[in-house]
Amino acid sequence: MTLPSHLATSPRFKENAKAALADPDLQNALAFVEVNFIARRREVAGRLPEFEALRDSARDIKNHTLANLDLYLEAYEERLTAQGGELHYAATADEARRIILDICRGLGAKTVTKGKSMIAEEIGLNDFLEGNGITPVETDLGEYIIQLRHEMPSHIIAPAVHLTKAQIESDFRRVHTHLPADRNLVEPTSLLAEARGVLREKFLDADVGITGANFLVAETGTSVIVTNEGNGDLTQTLPKAHIVLASIEKLVPTLEDLTQLLRVLARSATGQEMSVYTTLSTGPRRADDPDGPGEYHVVLLDNGRSSMLAGEFRDMLRCIRCGACMNHCPVYHAVGGHAYGWVYPGPMGAVLTPSLIGIDEAGNLPNASTFCGRCEEVCPVRIPLPRMMRSWREREFERHLSPATVRAGLAFWAFFAKRPRLYGFATSIAARVLHWAGAARGRFSYLPLASGWTRYRDFPAPQGATFQSRWKDRDIPPGVDRAP
Amino acid sequence: MAEHEARRVGLFVTCLIDLIRPTVGFAAVKLLEGARCIVDVPLQSCCGQPAFNSGDRVTTREIAMAVIAAFEPFDYVVAPSGSCAGMLKVHYPELFLGDPNWQPRADAFAAKTYELVSFLVDVCGMKSVAARLAATATYHDSCSGLRELGVRAQPRALLRTVDGLKLTEMHDADVCCGFGGTFCVKYPDISNAIVAKKAANIAATGADLLLAGDLGCLMNMAGKLQREGRDIEVRHVAEVLAGMTQEPAIGRTTAAPASPPVPTGVRPSGNPSAKPPAAAR
Repeated sequence: MTLPSHLATSPRFKENAKAALADPDLQNALAFVEVNFIARRREVAGRLPEFEALRDSARDIKNHTLANLDLYLEAYEERLTAQGGELHYAATADEARRIILDICRGLGAKTVTKGKSMIAEEIGLNDFLEGNGITPVETDLGEYIIQLRHEMPSHIIAPAVHLTKAQIESDFRRVHTHLPADRNLVEPTSLLAEARGVLREKFLDADVGITGANFLVAETGTSVIVTNEGNGDLTQTLPKAHIVLASIEKLVPTLEDLTQLLRVLARSATGQEMSVYTTLSTGPRRADDPDGPGEYHVVLLDNGRSSMLAGEFRDMLRCIRCGACMNHCPVYHAVGGHAYGWVYPGPMGAVLTPSLIGIDEAGNLPNASTFCGRCEEVCPVRIPLPRMMRSWREREFERHLSPATVRAGLAFWAFFAKRPRLYGFATSIAARVLHWAGAARGRFSYLPLASGWTRYRDFPAPQGATFQSRWKDRDIPPGVDRAP
Repeated sequence: MAEHEARRVGLFVTCLIDLIRPTVGFAAVKLLEGARCIVDVPLQSCCGQPAFNSGDRVTTREIAMAVIAAFEPFDYVVAPSGSCAGMLKVHYPELFLGDPNWQPRADAFAAKTYELVSFLVDVCGMKSVAARLAATATYHDSCSGLRELGVRAQPRALLRTVDGLKLTEMHDADVCCGFGGTFCVKYPDISNAIVAKKAANIAATGADLLLAGDLGCLMNMAGKLQREGRDIEVRHVAEVLAGMTQEPAIGRTTAAPASPPVPTGVRPSGNPSAKPPAAAR
């Protein structure tokens, strides 16, 4: 497997996080996630009495599909090919890239337009196409911006959410040099209009359009994208060929299942009832169609997912990429998406990334969680994200990948914790020593071995004897009058 | 008057309360006894969360077996912590899934385990407390208690019956304080960023007292508030409900502004704390 995992900075998560915390622009930009996304979701979910029931239903639909994925893949392929589409299975990222390159070369393509696709990020498609003489043009505004900056998305539905408007304005002025230098870009809508104008020509020039898929419908052989900008529609209808790049878990059985999932997707993601555009594509242009692509290809990527199907991370394949988990994650709010160091950030990334690039590379991700459980609380398909992060920690521990200091500390603690009598003895001494040492102020500003704590906060001095030793002596406890 | 026999409750003290703040344990005992429970404290160490959340299942299981066995004689297991109670109630059964010997024992143990305040309200039917405290308090919902055990309304309901206490809600009361067990020392910079937001939300309420049901979170928030020089007392909710606020608040040496007014003549002024813990001398 030749994933662009060598580009991953996940092993340097801690350094990334430190830099992110010190970046005032990023911190300003992140406030949007913490405030707006959460408030919008809460409002729109609250308005729908059956929202919780829909989440159950969404979970069940995905579970059923995953349990019968082979059958639905066959059914999907049959419908798709009957309508003139072509299905390409790609076991690895490398295979997917080559398939796409071959299609593009077959059409003599020079530029391809792209709708937003996280799978394209996962396989590093843009760099690969560019390296092979084909120019990829991102048409989603957020993706377009980060392409100008040569960055990865920092959020799965809002790829440029880490940027302030001022940063985007300065990028546009740097790149769009053909436009008057004194133009007014103060309003966000003026940035949008400028991007639209620039992209309009690219849409018309493109030989191939590549989109992702939010869902693939087995019943009809249809690919579905949801967008708010309409760029996906232009990407997939104008060029000679439309390539859908999707992973195998995007399948749903029927159109009715699709509608249920759509009802939880936009609400969980942007807090909309529906996204502005929901586009269903079924095969290439037919004889009496007014427009549409001459060729319709679907590149179906596995990249390790079929092995997840059989294991303890199967539930992760239910994910519909709404981003609610990261929108509600205090760690994501603090450090943003780039700190996670690869394609998928936040809680869903903390579970998925180790599956795709290995726990030895991505070990920090499932560890960097307080297990507050807010992600699971809002996940539209009820993925037990904290539980699976813990499963990764178990794999890491079994393989002796956790840091030696952590293992040693844990072993020391466990030696006592497994022996309550000895533990009681040791802690009663520790409590008295710390009480004595901290008695003057009632707390410590510095404690050796706990500098991670005391760097930022004080540590309270124990009250003295432990509870258990007081209880054993039935001592008069502090501040309680036990006389009836 | 309850018609059934008194409930035999095994108190799971939690390692932090045992070590750092025994007052909370005695407050829990007082509240439980006030709810007509017979309380005892079997020999114990920790619920095993440090091992569990570090991926060490083998150690976790060993600790869990000892805890389950130690509390088998009791009708109920009660912990003054949502995090530890969540471990006992939600995660112990996960540890023994499919184990013919231990799964039934873990399930039975989980079924009788409760977080303190929800036990008092939901099981014992406690509607009010006889405590008094002149203070303005804000309550932080600790994550495990809130999301794993549904502890939210119960502490607020009882706190509203504390004479003289005014409750004021902070923004994002249900958002993590950044403690996260070993998280706060493994990722101190991120933990600090999270608790800094929490401290700002607490301070914005104007409350002079912060309450929560988990000592880990309380130590984290108290430590941050103190480092920032904010004059806000921090206590476990059980201390207030039990009327045991004579002891200095977390990380303090004197019981300060929020302590109950001392009747004149009872104690010499300038000596607000009753007496130092006997065992500490």
